[in-house]
Amino acid sequence: MNNQPLESISIAQPHPVNTSLRQKMALALVAVGLLFVLVTWASRQVWNPLLSLTGSLVTLSVGTLWYAFETYKGSLPGIKNNGVMFRSLSNRGVWGWMVGVFITAFYVCLYWFPKMLGGLVQMFDPLSMFIRGRAADQWFVYGTFYTLAVLLLGVKFMLKYRHNRYQQIRTISVMFFQLGFSFLIPAWMLLMNQPEFYFTYFWPLKYDYLFPNTVNWLTNSYAHLGVFLVFWGAVMSFIAVPVLTYFFGKRWYCSWVCGCGALAETAGDSFRTLSDKSLSAWKLERWLIHSVLVFIIITTILLWANSWKQGAILGEYSMGFSKTYGFLIGSMFSGVIGTGFYPIFGNRVWCRFGCPQAALLGIFQKFFSRFRITTNGGQCISCGNCSTYCEMGIDVKSYAQRGQDIVRASCVGCGICSAVCPRGVLRLENGSVDLMDRAKYPE
Amino acid sequence: MKIVIIGNGIAGTNAARFIRKRTDHQIIMISEESWQPYSRTALMYVYMGHLKLKDTHLYEDWFWEKNCLERIQSRVNRVDIHKKQLQLQDGKTLEYDKLIIACGSRPNKFGWPGQSLKGVQGLYHLQDLESMEGSTLDILAAGKNARAVIVGGGLIGIEMAEMFHSRHIPVTFLVRENSFWNQVLPPEESDMINRHIREHGIDLRLNTELKEITGDAAGKVSEVYTNHGDRIACQFAGLTVGVSPNIEFLKESGIKLNRGVLVNEWLETSEKDIYAIGDCAELQQPDSGRRAIEAVWYTGRMMGQTVAQTICGVKTAYKPGIWFNSAKFFDIEYQVYGDVPAVLPAHLETLYWEHPEGRKSVRINFEKNGGAVTGFNLMGVRYRQEVCEKWIKERTPISQVLENLSLANFDPEFFRQYESEILDQYNRQNNTNIRLSSKRSRNQVSRFLSNLGQQSNA
Repeated sequence: MNNQPLESISIAQPHPVNTSLRQKMALALVAVGLLFVLVTWASRQVWNPLLSLTGSLVTLSVGTLWYAFETYKGSLPGIKNNGVMFRSLSNRGVWGWMVGVFITAFYVCLYWFPKMLGGLVQMFDPLSMFIRGRAADQWFVYGTFYTLAVLLLGVKFMLKYRHNRYQQIRTISVMFFQLGFSFLIPAWMLLMNQPEFYFTYFWPLKYDYLFPNTVNWLTNSYAHLGVFLVFWGAVMSFIAVPVLTYFFGKRWYCSWVCGCGALAETAGDSFRTLSDKSLSAWKLERWLIHSVLVFIIITTILLWANSWKQGAILGEYSMGFSKTYGFLIGSMFSGVIGTGFYPIFGNRVWCRFGCPQAALLGIFQKFFSRFRITTNGGQCISCGNCSTYCEMGIDVKSYAQRGQDIVRASCVGCGICSAVCPRGVLRLENGSVDLMDRAKYPE
Repeated sequence: MKIVIIGNGIAGTNAARFIRKRTDHQIIMISEESWQPYSRTALMYVYMGHLKLKDTHLYEDWFWEKNCLERIQSRVNRVDIHKKQLQLQDGKTLEYDKLIIACGSRPNKFGWPGQSLKGVQGLYHLQDLESMEGSTLDILAAGKNARAVIVGGGLIGIEMAEMFHSRHIPVTFLVRENSFWNQVLPPEESDMINRHIREHGIDLRLNTELKEITGDAAGKVSEVYTNHGDRIACQFAGLTVGVSPNIEFLKESGIKLNRGVLVNEWLETSEKDIYAIGDCAELQQPDSGRRAIEAVWYTGRMMGQTVAQTICGVKTAYKPGIWFNSAKFFDIEYQVYGDVPAVLPAHLETLYWEHPEGRKSVRINFEKNGGAVTGFNLMGVRYRQEVCEKWIKERTPISQVLENLSLANFDPEFFRQYESEILDQYNRQNNTNIRLSSKRSRNQVSRFLSNLGQQSNA
């Protein structure tokens, strides 16, 4: 309360005005759903898993959707970021910290103390039996909540940007890939006693898909399908990534397909302003993300060399490598910091500072892609909306106000800078004619 | 050499930046208003909570030190052109070798009764925003009777209306003309904005002037009276009836003034080594069709860049080129390229297309003789500045422009394109059969624009 006005100048506490009764009722419904979740989380033995599950998911979903409709129904389509800088949730206020701690605690339980999830896993048994043909585990619980968050808050995002077809189509795409390729298809593969395979994740993000162990396991245990899956992974990593990035920039993956991106763009939308826009953050980003990429490349090469020499190089350390990486990067970075800290560091911390796939896509995007964000002549008024709402922490304004097009490795092409620009200055484009002059200074 | 710049708005800041690019001269910027140069046009977004103040800063904090741009936060009381010296508010003096005056504007007040009451103000400076925040407390304290009255149908007026609207404060908007901003916007566009203002629940009163503002015992505004005798209870009155150069402190200096600081085409004032740029500069001989004082972000920026060249020894005339401007009226973006007068002159024809929902439109003006295009007016549709400029500069005939209209489209990908509707309308009205010959494509735009370089070099 005491330092907020200095930053936003607002002293009139504008936020609480006009939360309608219906919005409050919708939020109450969400709270009931959460209560279901918390009670089962706390209990050892779940009372009627099917009813509990249905009760919690239905109230959560209906409440969230109802709230979203109520929020946007009264206003005309357009950019309505009113009060974003005053709100506790989106501004590292009390709500922001509470949500951050809650999600972080969930991740800690999920990764390291799954037993502490108590009856929550059991509650999901009916759903898991239905689509996977086996009892639930903590990953299934996580996957369901994750997918639900993408779908529900994806609908909210689409309502918010209902005037913007790029945002609508892009959001349908991430919802589709999350539900289909990151949730249903892996589940159905399990149901048919096949490997739980994620077609939309590849090396180096899903680093172990090209590790010798995985390749051997897939080809030995699943015959033709296994060979196909290994082949699929290799083709995606080494052919699809460079080719598609050449044509469309890294956005084809990061903000259209990837599940991490899906959550960031939907559930994480409220936190996009929290990304650090400073030059020093950019420096840190380049060091960190490329270190992770190098680490994975070296690990992969070592593991293959080791496997070729039949364990002579690494000996028993070979498992250690992937385990260390899994703990530090897979769990700590992408899970706890990447998602748990959404309300503190913004919604793309993992994608910006840690994701090796983003690093690789970024290198292609920077040096060999048709993609750029075009600045419309001299129309920029330096207002700062583009930079502020850039989830990747790119200081878009610093380019736009010089009339320069933007070519940055980290840009995921979400298109929000272009959407929030009040003067129509920015446009995401692909073009090959001026490939090497994309970022040139205008005369 | 020591260069002093009075004012750190976009004109002054850009002058400093471009002088630094070319030279190692000492550069000092003086501003009373703000230590950090910021984007004035973004003030509204700070009030609306889209941005924090620091988000509007033109550059990160390290920029000024790294580029050796010295800053002084003070007010200049007097300019002594003989001693080449400034007297600052705190009693200090500051010598200069070259002086750039970029002190901007201040809101107009036309001597209305009650214009000095608390809660009556314009919107130009950071301090105006702060006092608006203070008044917001008073407005909200009025509960169900809360209301802000805004006087003046221009860009700042509608911004202020949007600002209050974002905080759920009812607004009455008094506009003297019979349609919003119709000195600048053609009738159809102006009417579109009238409707748009009203669909936000703003009480827009056209043909209405302010007569008097009255206050309560505490000296706060309590009522506004219009020329129709209406009485409007309110806790805030915004006066947004234009701005004037902020040149009071130069009255005694000997520098030739009119409404602004008079400058020639090199932005030089009557006195040697003193230049004026931005809102406060008044061109003695503006280009045809342009005004002597253009208090616009873009012209300020261009003047800053131009004067920097001159000061660095490359004497450069101020050539603003093809007129352009932009704004946003609530949810409707506005762009204009070239000359689109409010009243169509006899030698011009206009093609006006409006979307059935009434929140998008495209207007293309062209000459009756020969069809050369002269201007584009866009509402809710984004067009490319370089493409439009090239067509206007090269006097491209309307038929050719229409064939290639997709090249100008700058809306985001997947947005509905209206080029064929616009063409249909032209064809119907003129009994022609023009077809779109190109699709929207970045490659085509690149080719089209690089063409320009070759032609103008030849």
